Amino acid sequence: MEAPSQAQGSAPGVEVQTHGSRRTYLIGLAYAVVLTVASFWAASTDLVYAPGVPILLGVFAIAQMGVHLVFFLHISSAPDQANNFLALAFGIFVVALIVFGSLIIMGNLNHGMMPMERLMQMQP
Amino acid sequence: MSVVEGALSPEHALGDAASVPLSLRGPAPTRVVAGFGFWLFLLSDILIFAALFAAYAVLSGETAGGPTGAQLFETRHVFIETACLLASSVTCGFGSLAVQRTDRSSTYFWMAVTFVLGATFLRLEASEFTSMVASGAGPSHSAFLSAFFALVGTHGLHVTVGLAWLVVMLLQVATLGFQPMVTRRFFCFALFWHALDIVWVGVFTIVYLGAH
Amino acid sequence: MFGRLTWAAIPFDQPIVIVTSGVVGAMLAAILLLVTVKGWWPYLWREWLTSVDHKRIGVMYMVLGLVMLVRGFSDAIMMRSQQALAVAGAAGYLPPEHYDQIFSAHGTIMIFFVAMPFVLGLMNFAVPLQLGVRDVAFPVLNSVSFWLTASGVLLVNLSLFVGEFARTGWLAYPPLSELAYSPGVGVDYYLWSLQISGLGTLLSGINLTTTILKLRAPGMGYSRMPIFCWTALASNLLIVAAFPVLTATFAMLLLDRYCDFHFFTTELGGNPMMYVNLIWIWGHPEVYILILPAFGVFSEVVATFSGKPLFGYRSMVVATMAICVLSFLVWLHHFFTMGAGADVNGFFGIATMIIAVPTGVKIFNWLFTLYGGKIRFSVPIYWTLGFMVTFVIGGMTGVMMAIPPADFVLHNSLFLIAHFHNTAIGGVVFGAMAGYTYWFPKAFGFKLNERLGKAVFWCWFIGFYLAFMPLYALGLMGATRRMQHYSNPEWQPFMLVALAGAVFILLGILLTVVQLVVSIRTRNQNRDLTGDPWNGRTLEWSIPSPPPAWNFALLPQVERTDAFWMAKQRPAALHESGAPKTYTSLHLPRSNPTGVLLAFCGTVLGFALIWRIWWLAALGLFGAILVALVQAWRTDQEILVPAAEVEAFERTSASRRSFA
Repeated sequence: MEAPSQAQGSAPGVEVQTHGSRRTYLIGLAYAVVLTVASFWAASTDLVYAPGVPILLGVFAIAQMGVHLVFFLHISSAPDQANNFLALAFGIFVVALIVFGSLIIMGNLNHGMMPMERLMQMQP
Repeated sequence: MSVVEGALSPEHALGDAASVPLSLRGPAPTRVVAGFGFWLFLLSDILIFAALFAAYAVLSGETAGGPTGAQLFETRHVFIETACLLASSVTCGFGSLAVQRTDRSSTYFWMAVTFVLGATFLRLEASEFTSMVASGAGPSHSAFLSAFFALVGTHGLHVTVGLAWLVVMLLQVATLGFQPMVTRRFFCFALFWHALDIVWVGVFTIVYLGAH
Repeated sequence: MFGRLTWAAIPFDQPIVIVTSGVVGAMLAAILLLVTVKGWWPYLWREWLTSVDHKRIGVMYMVLGLVMLVRGFSDAIMMRSQQALAVAGAAGYLPPEHYDQIFSAHGTIMIFFVAMPFVLGLMNFAVPLQLGVRDVAFPVLNSVSFWLTASGVLLVNLSLFVGEFARTGWLAYPPLSELAYSPGVGVDYYLWSLQISGLGTLLSGINLTTTILKLRAPGMGYSRMPIFCWTALASNLLIVAAFPVLTATFAMLLLDRYCDFHFFTTELGGNPMMYVNLIWIWGHPEVYILILPAFGVFSEVVATFSGKPLFGYRSMVVATMAICVLSFLVWLHHFFTMGAGADVNGFFGIATMIIAVPTGVKIFNWLFTLYGGKIRFSVPIYWTLGFMVTFVIGGMTGVMMAIPPADFVLHNSLFLIAHFHNTAIGGVVFGAMAGYTYWFPKAFGFKLNERLGKAVFWCWFIGFYLAFMPLYALGLMGATRRMQHYSNPEWQPFMLVALAGAVFILLGILLTVVQLVVSIRTRNQNRDLTGDPWNGRTLEWSIPSPPPAWNFALLPQVERTDAFWMAKQRPAALHESGAPKTYTSLHLPRSNPTGVLLAFCGTVLGFALIWRIWWLAALGLFGAILVALVQAWRTDQEILVPAAEVEAFERTSASRRSFA
């Protein structure tokens, strides 16, 4: 292992304290299992107000992705990880734009236009 | 932006390493360079999934009179698949710790477990796909099914590539030993494998649990 | 056995195509024969084809771009002459199905195989030199990237002779590009060549981003990087973020065409509008991928030829990174007319106008850099000034079209065509030419002919205005794009002027070739012995021209922006002051055939998939995997240059420089 802080930052996924990182993986696993079980439970239970389920699922999923990033991919906001962290932030920004942008735009288009099949039937 | 980070007095000289900001220390070592490059590759890969997720989200209601997700998916099946991948992420983590210690037998053991778990996941997914196609719910049936097969199939393809890569890496350890080149690649493999797990979290939440 | 490939695939009935193919084939054969007879193959293979040196790869990208510029321009002048002829009763000389292929090929080639290679070539060549390092982050991957692009080029050109090219326009919108409406192989050629070259571009983007963020000379903090490196960083970040979307979108269309999926079909719930949405998520950042490095070139040129530091370095960096982020927020302005509501159109219209602000900041920065400077009117500054005038016009018409109601009038008209050629030629091509002229002496050790360079500039400059100003007018008069024929004779005079403009540009391209030949023949008069022909400011001018394989024998210690300029202000520090330099042995990446071989397998794979020759596709894929595995087991990736050799080179070049 090289020193924790080195020229131009560290590689992503490097766990700096080598001892005890087995523990990190196990803690991560525990969180991930709890969140996964919670997701599956939320999807099947009647205890939660039905329209709230997607929100709950979204929260669990984002939390679990965070757990994976921190405990398995060892991403942090430490100074030597600045590049990795900024690249990740840019990536999340673009992912959000692609998914939510498409949903909004396509929803808007579908709302304003007749279904494609009927449109095609109108073609001469 | 890290524009201000390097804004230091011009007379700043390279004295003792600790006082020099990271961005001024000159070229990074190969391990960091390779790791960061692979990190960018992973981000680009995630963006492929983002486009597929977007397509799925937009088209998931377009069943063209065919079966809907809620009718097709079995939650129990998905739960087992998820368990396999989650466990494999941890065994892969233990494996990469073994690689760091250059512990050959431990590497073989944990990576073999990872392989078995990944292969089990693939088997389950393949059986799901074949039973869907057999029951007439193949990708040609509706836009929803096209998007489903493309998204979940791309994830499955990534797992397949990951397994092949894992075999290659084990062969590299066997033939080349723990050279820096080999451990670097192992390290990238672990990143890849963990990233696939993150994608799967999105898949089981949006595709399977979010099915309506 | 051969899938859909039969003798009927070769268009014997189209004389234009056959003659063109014949001429191209004969030229290719002549070049290959010459290389064989002269025995240049070993040299070419060793020093160029398998080279992993970023400078060589940069040069090869430029050559590729230049060759494809000729191809793309032939399409352009064919379209211009068709439109000059085909009015009212006249049919012109190009039948519609051929004309449709020509405009599709023109757009595809100019964006993917001319502009991208130019931009990637300049970045590959200049970025590591400006950063003061010995190579890019992943030299072998760099070679793979280049050769994958070349593979895409090969497939596109093959479509001319074997089969056909897409007739769908350069972005292949469904449902027209679906199997039901385009049953031929044209769209498959389009898709596979762009998938292969797109992979190359993505890898190149990862490579250069990593290089800029992780490999810089000691002391070169972010705020000391040359502006060209900043724009290259923004451009490559955009490549990393945008090209995967293109790959995914094309993959979906391929699944539709090959496996009967229904993403974008008009039946069973498919939605063609989703394709338009996705492709422009890539498409708008692509615009900035191309223009940002051009902005970088102009920034370097303006500062160098004004003899002043760039005005507002920080605002330039902020503007560049702002464009990098904002470019992801405007994609809908390419389809205002598709049916979104006023709220969505309004948001994207305003976002589009906002992105003009950082671009405007840059224009003012360049103006203030020129202001009060002692400007040397050399060829690169010609291109820069021409760009500033032209690009402002293109930007203004762009902002006009950012207003959704105005766009409803101008959408798909020749006004739009004029607008984006205004920015693409006035921005990217002028930038590429400026960069080519500016860094040519660094790459080859002699300058390009100055007088011919100015002639080339005037041809392009005048040609551009003649060719595209009439198109603005025509667009306002109601002429749409992609017309094979029109009935309004009032449009013809404008079309004739536009054709005259295209002839001027043709002259410019021919003179570029003449300039190259003349400059090579008279190279002894134009030698650059100092390594610093323009009195430059950044690190690439501190080393000999052409640079040695290792670029910098000793990594420079950077203390300011414009590092070399600062060093030149203290000549004592520059020349042999203090302790004598001690050189060490250097590890350099070894030449590697992986790129060429992978691209060969990729071409085979692509061709087989286009024609649905499954056994050949399997063979191509198998070959690619084999090449990758051999590469994975290669352990002799580096050569060692002994310290003595480095020292000998540095000493001779230093003594040469002190004589100059």
